[in-house]
Amino acid sequence: MTAELVRGQNHPLTETRLEITVSTGDPVLAGILLADARGHVAGPDGVVHPGAPRRPGLEVPGRAAASHRLTVDLGALDETVHRVTVALALAAGAAGPDRFGATAAPFTAVHGPGAAELVSFTLTGLGPETAVAALEFYRRQGAWRVRAVGQGYTGGLAGLLRDQGLAEGAGALAAAAHEAAAPVPRHATASRTAGDGTPAAVAPPPRPGEPAPATAPPPAAPPMAAVPPAAPSGQASEPSAPPQPLPAGGGRVDYRHPGRAGGPTAAGPPSPQQASQQAPQRSPQQDPPAGPPRPVAGDAEGWTPEERLYNQVRGMFEDLARAVAAYRSAVSFADARRERELGQALADPRSRTGGTAGRARAEAEARHAALVTRARAVLDRDLAQLTAESEVVEPALPPAFARWDNPVWHGYRVPMENPMALRLGDLHLPERPELRIPLLVRLPLETGLWIDGGRTGTTADLAAGPGGTRRAAAEAAVALAARLLAVHQPGDYTLHVLDPAGSAAASLAPLLESGALPGPPAAGAAGVTAVLSELTRRVDLLHMAVRGGAPDALPPDLAAGEHLLLVNDFPHGFDDRAVTRLRYLADEGPAVGVHLLMVADREDARAYGPLLDPLWRSLLRITPVPDDHLADPWVGHAWTYEPALVPAGSRVLVQVLRQVAEARRAWGR
Amino acid sequence: MTVNLSKGQGISLEKSGGGALSSVRMGLGWKAAPRRGLFGKRTKEIDLDASAVLFAGEQPVDVVFFRHLVSDDGSVRHTGDNLVGGAGQGGDDEAVLVDLQRVPVHVDQIVFTVNSFTGQTFAEVENAFCRLVDETTGQEMARYTLTGGGQYTAQIMAKVHRTGGGWTMTALGTPANGRTFQDLMPAIVPHL
Repeated sequence: MTAELVRGQNHPLTETRLEITVSTGDPVLAGILLADARGHVAGPDGVVHPGAPRRPGLEVPGRAAASHRLTVDLGALDETVHRVTVALALAAGAAGPDRFGATAAPFTAVHGPGAAELVSFTLTGLGPETAVAALEFYRRQGAWRVRAVGQGYTGGLAGLLRDQGLAEGAGALAAAAHEAAAPVPRHATASRTAGDGTPAAVAPPPRPGEPAPATAPPPAAPPMAAVPPAAPSGQASEPSAPPQPLPAGGGRVDYRHPGRAGGPTAAGPPSPQQASQQAPQRSPQQDPPAGPPRPVAGDAEGWTPEERLYNQVRGMFEDLARAVAAYRSAVSFADARRERELGQALADPRSRTGGTAGRARAEAEARHAALVTRARAVLDRDLAQLTAESEVVEPALPPAFARWDNPVWHGYRVPMENPMALRLGDLHLPERPELRIPLLVRLPLETGLWIDGGRTGTTADLAAGPGGTRRAAAEAAVALAARLLAVHQPGDYTLHVLDPAGSAAASLAPLLESGALPGPPAAGAAGVTAVLSELTRRVDLLHMAVRGGAPDALPPDLAAGEHLLLVNDFPHGFDDRAVTRLRYLADEGPAVGVHLLMVADREDARAYGPLLDPLWRSLLRITPVPDDHLADPWVGHAWTYEPALVPAGSRVLVQVLRQVAEARRAWGR
Repeated sequence: MTVNLSKGQGISLEKSGGGALSSVRMGLGWKAAPRRGLFGKRTKEIDLDASAVLFAGEQPVDVVFFRHLVSDDGSVRHTGDNLVGGAGQGGDDEAVLVDLQRVPVHVDQIVFTVNSFTGQTFAEVENAFCRLVDETTGQEMARYTLTGGGQYTAQIMAKVHRTGGGWTMTALGTPANGRTFQDLMPAIVPHL
């Protein structure tokens, strides 16, 4: 909890290792004065200034700058020191202002260990002063307190020193401090840039037991700046982005991520959303002159590379939704404004004569075109950034997130752990159809999936021809089931297939041929009943065990692991009893790892009337052909979904499934 | 130079160095109502709400408040509803962050408002303030003390609007009455 102090207010301190940050509108130099019990500075030794920037427990920057970090270890000071004053003075001779009143109010903050801000103080109300005593730390009954002073001096640093009891040599000392701190022009601008919004570029607060970092900028840059600790691991396939140029202040370790120009701001860590949005939201001010930084795969928060990629894809999804929302909102506003202006022009009888109406119309059109052009330019910039990000992210995706044409599927090996999410397909918006966002759903599936084999009336659907959509639905279901089998550990995922009429035999061939599906799909009403009874029993017993807190008491044939029931041609072969069982599985199954993948045309089940509506609603509907029926959770655009299908003629599905079957045999599951 | 704005005063959000201001935060803080002895949950809580309304050509196009925390375009974000207030020591209990670079091109004004959702007037709320902060530097640009502001339940605080290529902030500080931003719309319109 930060205490914002007002002038004269004091605040107790529980920490003695402190860091003081100062930010001002123009370069200042910072110093620390040590005074005894009577409030006198003993002599030049009691002043830590840019000319003598270090003393045990104290360190000040050696240059004038617009942002400073000073470290103070009150515990390391002599017993005789009773008061520690932080003083600021405007840099002499610089092009900056000649008084504090002409620049932004200096802001000071005291941080404890872990960079937690303890108190802050904004020095308002300064006028002609050129030096100011900002904060002081003093002993009170054996403990240290901090007081907001804000006392300005028109006599500059020398006046301040004299006031602090340094009678002789105040002028010389002040001159020495100014001389040492005289900003080399390059340094002044550089440190100013650094203070403008990238506090992540300055050195971290000192940790106990470590020497305080050298905040004074020697020209030599530590080599470790080129090795960002935050670089994503496991993304070796990606060429890492070129490291950002070091801040010209030098000497400071750059802890920024190489792919992110804008680090977390001083206001605290960014929210996940903010972090994920940062790539396309960077402000030009934070950008290096080279243009927007190249996106990096895995550039999001997360514990594992997989989670980072998942979050990055989600961030791209949201960014695309919001960028397009801004564009659409601007265009609809432009349309409405043009309508209004044209209406006004026509409603005014005076404008009907002469060319006034024509001019008004042309003006309205021009204003409309100008706004739409600007909106489109912003959208194109955002889309270009997202496209660049997509180009590096797609190849880096693991099999569960990757398209079937991704090379990662050709180098497939059975996984040793289960994935966190699965790609169901791609999403895109009409503004940029070629920019595809992976539709990832978390695993285990919370709801069943329904691949709609019905006619949707879209052009793709019509192109598929009669029966084509249904065949495509079966193929999409097989591709999805195969993906689920392949991305789980062998034996962890069991597939049950109901194909009562045998109508999907051709599509199911890869599953059978490779041995991934051990037996032929259950056919006929008897097969349907047998499979459903077994799964119902399983769900029932697992629920009982979970509720009773006795998961060990399950019969041995109910081993752990997830099950997927693929139902083709529902409700063919289903009697009322079977339909009831299926609804039970759809409702109760996901909680205990029994999932449903239906291929169905709602029209076929219309005999059931509205009774099945809850079932359809509880399933996530996807289509075998591109269709715009999915909405995003942020803005609610209608996204066009395309299923993840195996490219025509590719053998990758069978190859992958063979490996799955082999691994399962080898593992004895 | 003091940073407090007086009513009606405008400041350009361009920095002296030439860089445009890229993000601003409107912060709102107040002191929670004191706990009432035995049945603490019956304390009459104080709920102030910060909102931002985005206007394009005097038409409201989007609003960010406790029921809609992020504008559709993602440029304005609310940090979340605080229903009870805080310690009243100057920290923000609610904040609205505006990324000016991301604001859609047609949006030319953003108006910030504060409402008392639970109905207490500002005279009854302790240590209530709202302020505008340059998010990149943490510098406060304007601060209003709401406490003692009289028998009002709302304030139209400030607006940021496009001027030339950049943004200008104008302090409004108009008191009003209302439970949510919707009640304030008639009071906001004259300021556009």
